[in-house]
Amino acid sequence: MTHQKVKEIIIEIISNIAPDEDLSDIKSHVPLRDQLDLDSMDFLDIVMELRKRHNIEVPEADYPRLASLDSCAEYLSPKFASNF
Amino acid sequence: MDKKDRIVITGIGLTAPNGNSVEEFRYNLLKGVANIQRIEMRYMGRVLAGVCSYDELRYQKRKEVRNGTRAGSIGVYCANEAIRNSGVNWEVFDKSRVGIYIGITEHGNVETENEVFNISQFDYDVKYWSHHHNPRTVANNPAGEISINLGVTGPHYTIGAACAAGNAGIIQAVQMLRLGEIDFALAGGVSESCRTFGIFASFRSQGALAEHEDPNKACRPFDEDRNGIVVSEGGCIYVIERLEDALKRRASIIGEVVGYCINSDATDAVLPNPQRQRECIGLALKKAQITAGDVDIVSTHATATHMGDRQECDAIRAIFGSSSKTYVNNTKSFIGHTMGAAGALELAGNLASFEDRYVHATINVDKLDLACNLDNLVLNRAHKVDKVDCILNNSFGMLGINSVLIVRKYN
Repeated sequence: MTHQKVKEIIIEIISNIAPDEDLSDIKSHVPLRDQLDLDSMDFLDIVMELRKRHNIEVPEADYPRLASLDSCAEYLSPKFASNF
Repeated sequence: MDKKDRIVITGIGLTAPNGNSVEEFRYNLLKGVANIQRIEMRYMGRVLAGVCSYDELRYQKRKEVRNGTRAGSIGVYCANEAIRNSGVNWEVFDKSRVGIYIGITEHGNVETENEVFNISQFDYDVKYWSHHHNPRTVANNPAGEISINLGVTGPHYTIGAACAAGNAGIIQAVQMLRLGEIDFALAGGVSESCRTFGIFASFRSQGALAEHEDPNKACRPFDEDRNGIVVSEGGCIYVIERLEDALKRRASIIGEVVGYCINSDATDAVLPNPQRQRECIGLALKKAQITAGDVDIVSTHATATHMGDRQECDAIRAIFGSSSKTYVNNTKSFIGHTMGAAGALELAGNLASFEDRYVHATINVDKLDLACNLDNLVLNRAHKVDKVDCILNNSFGMLGINSVLIVRKYN
C-alpha cells in the first residue's frame, strides 16, 4: 500500500474519533498532537480502529511510531501490505 | 429558621420527551401533549419509549458526545441550562464551592450492553473491548461529565436511589448547603435508561412493560386498563442555594425547599409498602412544619402498574383524605417513567403553578380505577385553582426507597 493511501486511512479514522477537527490542512511531518486536539485516549482509538477495520496490531512499544502522518505511513505500510 | 438554613431553587434546566426547556415542558403539560414513540430495541424489536430531542451539541463538542455517555450528555445540557436560567455570573463564580449531586436509577447498563454487542461482532475477543468503557461506566459518570464540562472543582457524585433518585439528588444538595460544605449546588437527576434492552426485558418478564396501539396513550396511571411502565430518558438539574446568597445576588427565586424525607420499606425488592410511603410523607410534612391541608398539589410517583398505583393512592388517601384543597396529579402519563430523572422532572413540571395557578392533569384516564379514586385527582384537563403555595413531590423506587420533597412558594 502506498504511503499516500495509508495517510488517507489514518485521516479517515481521525475524522471519526475527532469529528470537530479540521483535517483539511494536516502537515504530514508535524506530530498530530501538535496540530490537532488529540489525547492519549484518542490514540488508543486509532489503534483500536486499525485493529477492527484492518486487522492490524500496533504493540504499545510502537505507539510513538503513530506520531505523525509520515511516521504512520512509514510504520503501517508494510503491515497493510502483509494483510493483502 | 435562619436565612443560612433556608434553601431555595433559583434555576432549572431540563430535557423531557415532550420539552427541552421548562417553558416548553410546562406548556405541553398544560395542553395535554404527551410524547411517547416506538423505537427499535436490540434483541426485542419495537418497544415504546420516551426519547429526548435536546440539542446535544449546544454545550459539548461532537468528540465529547461520542466519548461520553447519554446520561452525561443529558446532565451537561441540563446543568448548563440551569446555570443560564439562574442568572448567576458563572464566569467569576468560585467553582470550588459548587457541588454536583445527580440522582440515578442505574448507570452503565447501556454502555456495557453496547460493548458486549461490539465484541460479539468479533467472536467475543475482548481485545476489541473499548478503553472508554471504564470512564463511561463508573457510577459517578454523569456528575463527572458535568464537572469536567463546567470546570467545577467542588464535590461531584451521583446518588443511586432507584426511581427515588431525582428527589434524593435535591435533598443531598439541601443538606450540603446547610452544612456549609458548598455555596451553590447543581442537583437533580438524569436517565439514559431507554437505551438499555435489559431494563425493558426485565419489566416485560415482570409483566410490567406498557403496551398500547397509540404510544401516547400507553402510560396511563390510575386508569382501569393500565398495563405497565413506559421507560423513558430525561434529565432535570436545579440550581439550589442558601436564601441569603440568592438574595445577595438578587436571584429570581422559583421556590423554597421546606421539607423532605427519605425512608425505606425494608419489606420487598419490588412491591411498594404504602405504610412506609405514608410515614415518609408524614415525616416530610413534619420537617416542613406544615399539615396536609397546607399542601396544594401532590405530584404522584405512580408508574401505571396495578399494585404500585393503588398503594400510593392508599398512602395519599390516608394523609390527604380530608384536605379538600389538595389536588393530585401525575406527570408520567405524558412522558413515561424517566427513572433517575423522574422526581426532579415531575417537580419541575409543577413549579410554574406557583405563578400560573394551574394544576396540570393526569392524562389517559378513560376509566378511573376506583381503587385509585382520590378527591381532587386532576383528570385529563388542567385545572385552574385559586392559589398554589405548596407542592409535595413523591418519588419511590425499587428495593423500597421512598423520597418526598416539599417546595413552597417564596414570599
